[in-house]
Amino acid sequence: MNYPKELMYTKDHEWLKEEDGVAVIGISEFAQDALGDVVFVNLPQEGDEVVAGDAFGDVESVKAVSDLLSPVTGTVCAVNEELLDSPELLNSDPYGAWIIKVENVTDKEELMDADAYEAFCAEEG
Amino acid sequence: MKLIFEKSVPGRHSSILPACDVPEVDLGVKREEPLNLPELCENDVSRHYTQLCQRVHGVNCGFYPLGSCTMKYNPRIDEEMAALPGFTNVHPLAPKASVKGSEAVLELAAKYLCEIAGMDGMTFQPAAGAHGEFTGVLLIKQYHDARGDKARTKIIVPDSAHGTNPATAAMCGYDVVNVASAPNGCVDLEALKAVLGPDTAGLMLTNPNTVGIFDENILEITRLVHEAGGLCYYDGANLNAVMGHVRPGDMGFDCIHMNLHKTFATPHGGGGPGAGAVGCKEFLKGFLPKSVLMEGEGSIQVRGFAGNFLVVVRALTYLMTLGKEGIPEASTNAVLNANYLMQKIKGTFTPAFDRVCMHEFVLDLSEFKKETGVSALDVAKSLIDHGMHPPTMYFPLIVHEALMLEPTETESKETLDEAAEIFRALYAQAYSDPDYMHAAPHHAQIGRPDEVKAARNPIVRWTEA
Repeated sequence: MNYPKELMYTKDHEWLKEEDGVAVIGISEFAQDALGDVVFVNLPQEGDEVVAGDAFGDVESVKAVSDLLSPVTGTVCAVNEELLDSPELLNSDPYGAWIIKVENVTDKEELMDADAYEAFCAEEG
Repeated sequence: MKLIFEKSVPGRHSSILPACDVPEVDLGVKREEPLNLPELCENDVSRHYTQLCQRVHGVNCGFYPLGSCTMKYNPRIDEEMAALPGFTNVHPLAPKASVKGSEAVLELAAKYLCEIAGMDGMTFQPAAGAHGEFTGVLLIKQYHDARGDKARTKIIVPDSAHGTNPATAAMCGYDVVNVASAPNGCVDLEALKAVLGPDTAGLMLTNPNTVGIFDENILEITRLVHEAGGLCYYDGANLNAVMGHVRPGDMGFDCIHMNLHKTFATPHGGGGPGAGAVGCKEFLKGFLPKSVLMEGEGSIQVRGFAGNFLVVVRALTYLMTLGKEGIPEASTNAVLNANYLMQKIKGTFTPAFDRVCMHEFVLDLSEFKKETGVSALDVAKSLIDHGMHPPTMYFPLIVHEALMLEPTETESKETLDEAAEIFRALYAQAYSDPDYMHAAPHHAQIGRPDEVKAARNPIVRWTEA
């Protein structure tokens, strides 16, 4: 299992990276492994407000539909629309396949660094 | 296997169709292109459907412990009654005086089901469970609207609920508020209190819940919701566990749906007609859909006429043949069978909640998967090789690597013993030969369909090549 050092993580298995004041958000390798093959992704639209801890979309795998929870509060400024046609990218390249970018970030969930997150996942099994 | 369209040969025909007894219409004038119907002889048709039957596993083939679905055996007499020409030939627009018998069926079924549910009024319009939920939540919405209370925008749903509950609330225009389960799988009272308020329209709850446990705080839960000004909706999905023993109306619920096709014995699982009868307390009766029994009343219409009437005929037959003693006995045996099977499997696979269960129980295979690499899916697929329908997999979501078993009351001790032996054998096999289980099933006509491809690129309509 891969836990890139440059990313921060939530307990709900989303990752977050800050690029020039914009928060880039995706799901971790642990998350995609637990979900199984992703078949659909529901995404917000540019300009939508997201709230830390609240759902901003969902992913459907062969097993189940799971909410995507936002690690931050802010405004969606970009959406990875490639995922609509190729949701499998979340499985094959979870850290390359970002889901949304959020600007005007005013609030954040409690985040973990890679080491803390790896320990957290080990506990979750 | 070829589709029936692919077996068609131009000009071939059979004498299966009865003689035409209505005025003939020249379709050539009305249609732009000819009807593309398969042309086969009687023998072809008969073999085609027999082959289809041989490729599926139904309750008539063997054990079918599909959790949350109540795949019980449906007595043949229910089918026989539903096939009576007096019921099958009735038309919804027939003069009232000519359908007195059918009306009596609806009235009597409503009376019995109200007694079982602890409700005062009932509609048979909803076509199945989720449609019943939708109708029930519309009752709640109409109630608040009628009082001019527009502030109630939220419906509370526990995280162990069926996925249809939050979907229903959303379809009715409500915001869905999830409440977490306590470690025992029941509603966390503190978490519930935290989300209750003047914006609470209602609560949707299944009891016993999705992990097969009866929520002991049910009276407190419904009291808290009422105190906040909300109403309580009972999802009757698991009524098979408690019918005749405890009534949702007495638990404090205001409205309910019952899956007649499931709890009251109509074959289901194939997408055929169901019936999600909705019952309610006296104060909500005026909001029920207009029905043949309540002419002039009601403001909503969720389906035409009396709904899937023949399913109600089956349910009434079931109720009348089992009677006041048989109905509670059925649920007693459903609970007994589930507990018996859980105890027989225990020691190998681990129950998610180690306590007396109701009509179903959940196994937690997460530790087992860590040790063997064999997943819940692998075990489910292996069961097919043993002539058993797999349990429900990966549900409820609050249990990882879940297998959910509901044996139902119509299985014998011998069937349960045999099933337990199969589970124990597979448990041992996972340690000795996990690869064999990764590749299961080995003896089924269809092994592992490509579910990902089916979900991403579904082909649901045949078109001529």
